[in-house]
Amino acid sequence: MPDYSWPAPEKRRVFGRRVNRVDGLVKASGRAKYAYDIKRPGMLHAAVVVCPYAHARIRSIDTSAAEKMKGVAAVHIFDGSAPGTEVLWAGYEIAAVAAETEELARDAARAIRVEYEILPHFVNEADLSRVGARGKPAGERITGDPDQAFKSADVVSEGVYGCPVVCHLTWETHGQVIEWKGDQIEYWPTTQSVSSIGAELAKALGVPPANVHVMQEHMGIGYGSKFSPDRWGIACAKLARQTGRPVKLFLPRDVEQQIAGNRPSHYARIRLAAKKDGTIIGWESQSWSTGGMTGGGAPPIPYVYTNIPNVRINHTAVQVNAGPQRAWRAPNHPQASYLTCCAIDDLAHRLGMDPLEVFKKNADYTARPEVYRSQLDKAAELIGWKKLWHPRGDKTPGRIKRGLGIGVGTWGGAGHLSNCRCNIHPDGRVEVELGSQDIGTGTRTVIAMTAAETLGLPVGAIQVKIGDNRYPFSGTSGGSTTVGGVSSATRKATMNALEKLFERVAPKLGVKPEELEAVNGQIQVKGNPKKALAWKAACNLLGSDKISEMGQNDPKNPMGLNTGGVGGVQMADVSVDIETGIVRMNRLVVVQDCGLIINPKTAESQCYGAAHLSICAALYEERIMDDITGRMLNPDMEFYKVAGNPDIGEIIVHLDNRPEHDKRGVIGLGEPPVVPGIAAIANAVTNAIGVRVPFVPMTPDKVLAALEGRTA
Amino acid sequence: MSARKKPPEVKKRPGEGVSRRGFIRDVGLGTGALSVAVAPAALAAPSTLAGPGPVPITLTVNGKQHKLELEPRVTLLDALRNYLDYTGAKRVCDRGTCGACTVLVDGKAVYACSVLAIEVQGKNIQTVEGLPLSPQPDPLIRAFVNNDALQCGFCTPGFVMAAKAFLAENPNPTMEQIKRAFGGNLCRCGCYNGIRSAILEAARSAQGGGKNA
Ligand code: FES
Ligand code: FES
Repeated sequence: MPDYSWPAPEKRRVFGRRVNRVDGLVKASGRAKYAYDIKRPGMLHAAVVVCPYAHARIRSIDTSAAEKMKGVAAVHIFDGSAPGTEVLWAGYEIAAVAAETEELARDAARAIRVEYEILPHFVNEADLSRVGARGKPAGERITGDPDQAFKSADVVSEGVYGCPVVCHLTWETHGQVIEWKGDQIEYWPTTQSVSSIGAELAKALGVPPANVHVMQEHMGIGYGSKFSPDRWGIACAKLARQTGRPVKLFLPRDVEQQIAGNRPSHYARIRLAAKKDGTIIGWESQSWSTGGMTGGGAPPIPYVYTNIPNVRINHTAVQVNAGPQRAWRAPNHPQASYLTCCAIDDLAHRLGMDPLEVFKKNADYTARPEVYRSQLDKAAELIGWKKLWHPRGDKTPGRIKRGLGIGVGTWGGAGHLSNCRCNIHPDGRVEVELGSQDIGTGTRTVIAMTAAETLGLPVGAIQVKIGDNRYPFSGTSGGSTTVGGVSSATRKATMNALEKLFERVAPKLGVKPEELEAVNGQIQVKGNPKKALAWKAACNLLGSDKISEMGQNDPKNPMGLNTGGVGGVQMADVSVDIETGIVRMNRLVVVQDCGLIINPKTAESQCYGAAHLSICAALYEERIMDDITGRMLNPDMEFYKVAGNPDIGEIIVHLDNRPEHDKRGVIGLGEPPVVPGIAAIANAVTNAIGVRVPFVPMTPDKVLAALEGRTA
Repeated sequence: MSARKKPPEVKKRPGEGVSRRGFIRDVGLGTGALSVAVAPAALAAPSTLAGPGPVPITLTVNGKQHKLELEPRVTLLDALRNYLDYTGAKRVCDRGTCGACTVLVDGKAVYACSVLAIEVQGKNIQTVEGLPLSPQPDPLIRAFVNNDALQCGFCTPGFVMAAKAFLAENPNPTMEQIKRAFGGNLCRCGCYNGIRSAILEAARSAQGGGKNA
């Protein structure tokens, strides 16, 4: 068996280089075809009818008028939406219409008459005292002796903090194109699961999994919401079967925001007990959250500082009549980081200490104290903590107050199960095939780089074939598991293929196969570039047979190629106008530990993007529900705010890839940098204005209310 | 890229002269647009009523004429994407907020989701597909790739077209100006850093190219 381990840093020719993403040109030029862009001959367009009420019983559905309309090909009632069904959230899918044009499909959808019996709803969980029977206590969890800890504490701090539900808001909304060819299904979804979504659809339709052919070249964001075919995928397939024509069904934006997933809210009242020197000795929290009718799971708190010795935790899951939660880039971590780091920051204030000292002092409670201490120092250096930090409340005159804040995070990110096939053709062409997907993270590019590194070829010489379930099975892109999985599988497949090539070349060069290496576009005797065959000449020796070899990343035995578990620290620098309540980002420093970095360019982009999402959540983004009607008030992109270019200030990324981190192998980077930012920004605002704005997003109204509370 | 051959006929129903959708479009134009100019909302009161069924429409896209039969309520974006095959402009908000659908109409950046196809007949519509890709990609596209100004790429064609219009008006912008611009385009992947550098690089290469020529 070849030694698959990654080349030592000084031997790498491709890894670590700032390589342009290989699909960059096709995307930036608008030539890339996403599922939303797929057009098939004779294709019908579908529109959906959804329930406008937060809680209702379907009395009747009358599709007769719609069916008679010109251009309408078929009307479908969703499975699970028959009359009598109790609908538990607004936006619930009732029916779909397929018609010759999108305009006609929408007209017909409006012509479908659905009668409802309206039932009582409950949609807002922010005030725990109002949740009543909708709150389900999860039971108390105690570690150590919290009562004693709080009794013996020198200082006790207390605060209430909260993050609301936010949407995934995937730029490419949810949907698909489906076409039946006999009993075979051609399926163009927008998905994070090319290898497994087809089998799920097949199961729902009662056809053999092998009958579903999944194709997805590019996709426009999933963030954890696009793993399964969903009810709209099944409806689309049924409409296509019924009409015998290809059908395109995509959710409009407002429906996507209401039903295609969201990040659960997390609120908590937290008390911390500490000694005078800043050592935390006790934690008590009463948290609550919602992810729709399932309630919301307990946040993983105390976060990062998991080994605080005396802990009492209570959590209440609150059921609301709103669309169900889905995984959202680092599920529960950003919220847990926010809750924990705000509580620590408030404790530091009570202690009269610099929060940086308190975060560092208690780092022994984390799984990796040295990593966090050094990252805190690095972030402090980059943001100029020593020079710019001041005790809570910027005392400089004038309306603009500036402040700094800290957040910390962690994540897993080990590689998933992934299989790769490497084909080396007699004409020198190299293909690597994986049933994986590039969800914008740069997966294609790291696969190409891994193959190029192993085969001694330029990145452009590698043909990466992904996005098709006929390629070898590769895991879903969730949990930052893709880069470790696909790079390790590609490494193994390409090395296995190279071994086969060495066997053919060795006799020609009069050496043993194990004496060969692939460098600079040729197969040469190790260390002797003169005794060599050019890549193409070497491949010509294959005659008429190509080499086709497999490689697998087995998560149970990653062989040192990939691993999980990273730490990260972020620090924010904000300015707040205390007359208008507007918070402006100056800088956000991202220090991220990430193992071996294949492509620094795309790795940094992950950090920039994640940091920007924290700015969105800290300052702009929230699902607003109306108590009276039970509807989402901002299912659009006008009043559902996200940050734009002028809003993000400067993001400074530092990839912490010291040799000891590099040695750990490849680690996923999608989620880790999305975790600490909200906390950092919230603490920075508090540091600037001198009072805690209890809930994010810290919109001007909330900032002004917090300021008034101080003077009232 | 051919037009739909036989458009289905729609029976005219009372009360359909003005669609709610069209009305919302007209009143909702231009929200949040800092750098993206919006096409004139409505031309002067039309002398003839068009529709509501399909009517012949001619669009000039990237210099090529396309004859279509569409309902007057069809947006420019939907005409490009559904009735032609210009899918570079994306539908993201469909309500004039995000800029993913940005195209140029007579050189001005326009939200294609917020103008009707029928309004822009006789005008020069430029989509991202009109920018060269091979043998040499347009310098702006090249700069976006060099600076990793995209991740999923779904917002990117809109940004590229907005950047075209921005650079036409500000051929030599400073980084400070770029940081304050592009409020009319949003990127969920958060590629603003790369986008800023890309625009600066494209501006510089255009300036340099001009001097050397
Ligand atoms: S799709 Fe037109 S502005 Fe968003
Ligand atoms: S690159 Fe994904 S939305 Fe901008």
